Amino acid sequence: MKSTAGAHTGTGTWLVQRASAVVLALALPGLALYVLAAFPLDFNGWQALFAPLWLRVLMLLTAAALALHAWVGMRDIFMDYVRSTGLRLALLLAVIVVLAGSVVWLAATLWSPA
Amino acid sequence: MKFRLYRYSPESGEKPTMQDVELDIEPAGKMLLDALLAIKAQDETLSLRRSCREGVCGSDAVNVNGKNRLACITPLTELQEPIEVRPLPGLPVIRDLIVDMEPFYKQYRSIKPWLINDAPEPEVERLQSPDDRALLDGAYECILCACCTTSCPSFWWNPDTFVGPAGLLQAYRFIADSRDEATAARLDNLEDPYRLYRCRGIMNCVDACPKGLNPTAAIGRIKSLLVKRRV
Repeated sequence: MKSTAGAHTGTGTWLVQRASAVVLALALPGLALYVLAAFPLDFNGWQALFAPLWLRVLMLLTAAALALHAWVGMRDIFMDYVRSTGLRLALLLAVIVVLAGSVVWLAATLWSPA
Repeated sequence: MKFRLYRYSPESGEKPTMQDVELDIEPAGKMLLDALLAIKAQDETLSLRRSCREGVCGSDAVNVNGKNRLACITPLTELQEPIEVRPLPGLPVIRDLIVDMEPFYKQYRSIKPWLINDAPEPEVERLQSPDDRALLDGAYECILCACCTTSCPSFWWNPDTFVGPAGLLQAYRFIADSRDEATAARLDNLEDPYRLYRCRGIMNCVDACPKGLNPTAAIGRIKSLLVKRRV
């Protein structure tokens, strides 16, 4: 049986995609400029570059926004191309693991003792 | 003038083919529909839909040189030869240029395209202020020719689940109507990852609409209303 009623979801994910896109549009060029302005870089330069706490927080936030953005995009791709529920669920979980893992890994790297 | 026409006859059992046709016609002041009817006069097996021949009924929508348009308001002088005429993409072809519009109408029906108002009927008509009436401009003019919906890749891929630009424009037409009382139910009906949010805003619909309407803007307003309701 096919239902034509709405699932009452989708607005949240759409908002997440829009909001994370705004964060990325602002943060990515800013971060790129910040790093490029410091070139040429040696090891001590890198260390100094990522020393400020605000920068590490900004990088982590940007990575989180990227992960959320990628999550909505991957979900849309799976919704279009993967019609089997089991396979789609498995792929969605795999994407969550990879994206969440990457963000946590970045946090660990940013706050690891030098 | 040179034409290439999509021909398909289901009972022949053969695959669709493109037929090259040479027609002696003076293009100035004539529309593509005039040429198609002249070709049909030469070869009556060519099948196409048409009715009002002035861009009001929306029955002669075809794909011309890769763009969905109404044959009756497409000047021949605008078109590059050979003029390639195909049926609307994304819908099952019944014969030649005639497509089965049912998947399109099914989505249109699903948005309940009529005023829902259970209030007691007033003595005269239900009045609207000029401002309320102005909200319907750009939405009520749709003639349901399906040029927009059949140019939408989201509809090509999900014709059974995505409402499509024409249906969503009409959904907005009733959401925006001050005389309609079912706004919440209409928004409920659309709030769905497939029904509404398959729209990725690529605006093929705006490019295709022969009436110059903007379904993408209407979809944006529906999304705004959903966001307003949520935050």
